[in-house]
Amino acid sequence: MAPRRSWARAIADIRDGLRDRELWSHLAWQDIKQRYRRSVLGPLWITLSMGVTAIGLGLLYSQLFGAEIGTFLPYLTVGFIVWNFVIGCMTEGAETFIHNEGLIKHLPAPLSVYALRTVYRLTIMFAHNLIVYAFIVVIFFGDLSQPYQIIEAQPGDFEWWHPGLSWSALLAIPAFVMLVVNGAWVTLLFGIVSTRFRDIPQLIAALSSLLFFMTPIVWSADILYQKFGNVAGWRALVTDLNPLYHFVELLRAPMIGNQQSWTHWVVVGLITVVGWSLTLLALRNYRSRVSYWV
Amino acid sequence: MVSIELNRAYVDFPIFDAKSRSLKKRVLGKVGGRIGTEAKVPVIEALQDITLSLSEGDRVGLVGHNGAGKSTLLRLLAGIYEPTRGTSRIEGKVAPVFDLGVGMDPEISGYENIIIRGLFLGMSRRQMEKRVDDIAEFTELGDYLQMPLRTYSTGMRVRLALGVVTSIDPEILLLDEGIGAVDAAFLNKARDRLVDLVRRSGLLVFASHQDDLLLELCTSAVWMDEGHLKMQGPLREVITAYKGNDPFENISGETAERLGVR
Repeated sequence: MAPRRSWARAIADIRDGLRDRELWSHLAWQDIKQRYRRSVLGPLWITLSMGVTAIGLGLLYSQLFGAEIGTFLPYLTVGFIVWNFVIGCMTEGAETFIHNEGLIKHLPAPLSVYALRTVYRLTIMFAHNLIVYAFIVVIFFGDLSQPYQIIEAQPGDFEWWHPGLSWSALLAIPAFVMLVVNGAWVTLLFGIVSTRFRDIPQLIAALSSLLFFMTPIVWSADILYQKFGNVAGWRALVTDLNPLYHFVELLRAPMIGNQQSWTHWVVVGLITVVGWSLTLLALRNYRSRVSYWV
Repeated sequence: MVSIELNRAYVDFPIFDAKSRSLKKRVLGKVGGRIGTEAKVPVIEALQDITLSLSEGDRVGLVGHNGAGKSTLLRLLAGIYEPTRGTSRIEGKVAPVFDLGVGMDPEISGYENIIIRGLFLGMSRRQMEKRVDDIAEFTELGDYLQMPLRTYSTGMRVRLALGVVTSIDPEILLLDEGIGAVDAAFLNKARDRLVDLVRRSGLLVFASHQDDLLLELCTSAVWMDEGHLKMQGPLREVITAYKGNDPFENISGETAERLGVR
């Protein structure tokens, strides 16, 4: 057996974890069933609550921004669905090992099993929310399938048009794969760090609603371009420099036929490489410490 | 080849008090340098300098006072803790039965718990489904397996846990004291199965305070004292040294006959 702190053991942990597919998928389903135990609708509540939120906020915000409901509601809903997955990887990821304390101390298993359990649970939730997406695409297909503006430009503004739904929607599949790949490292890394420093989950929870409003989800980044063109310096803070924006936009844009910049793919690709490198390093050095820390 | 080798293994638990477990000290503490010993996290040396070699066919009893390190040693043998100093080498499929409240979900049925435990121990879902009937019969839980685990008594949980580990042919079986909660009739049944299992291929380590259970299941013993390995040898010698009297003195004739003494 390789020494405690070695790359071989870190990689073996991930490999063995992936091999235990039946275990983590079973545990993830169990989590979902558990949450909706004895309720009549069961996991359909995930779908339903997303549907209600989407309709309510879609109606309100399209009025506030003076936007077409047929394109704004899909924009907002898909943003919400993607956001839930992204922020879930951070908030639930940070608590992965803390929540699994009992199992970690009583049954020998690779750490990555618990991370995969969390990511798979979030994927199941995402899949339930896709039902809402399917409904919305069917209802608003007329509006979404032709070029549109999310926020109609005022005279004198820069006009920002989106091409509308087309076959490039298939890019959503590799985009989601990227989100899952990143979700896995986020869960592992945040999980390890949070187990040692218990302020981290609190910090992430405290920041999560701020991040939600800072990231273009209930409002559109198009407004920034329309109002300020490329001159607003602080724009970079909420878009270009906001990694969460790139993740959301990576998946949201193809799903609703928005114009997508390749920048998002490059940024997410870089984050994937850097994130996994850091995670492997953390796994190498602290993998065997987690059972002592929980 | 099933074996466990511990070489000068230490288990040190860092004890983070509320303050040192937070980032506050790391971040704010940059100003003014380190204050005395505060920068260092206090450590409990739960196990110290353990050298132990177990091989196929060994049935080892683990004795010692509360807090002597029996449970920690079992976890070290299971690979849950990796030694902070020294080395451990574990060859074989490990099946632990520790604290029976944990690692089982009280809200889901006994049946589902059987599947999950099996999956944790490296079985596939299909393999476990094949064994469910056998487990139901052995544990005598029958239709109770459909009930949520929270309705089970401690003894019933032990039956379930023992049913699972004995059905999956583990190579290294680690039992903590909790299994004493079952009744005598079931224990007889379980003993035959456990002994059989160890004979086939394997190794058993069993922590207990009950002499009769140890005599039934084990042939050798390890005596833990304050995190040290105090004594290791044949069961009778170790228990005599630990308790101060021969454990075979006050067992019934019938048991003695079965165990092949006298």
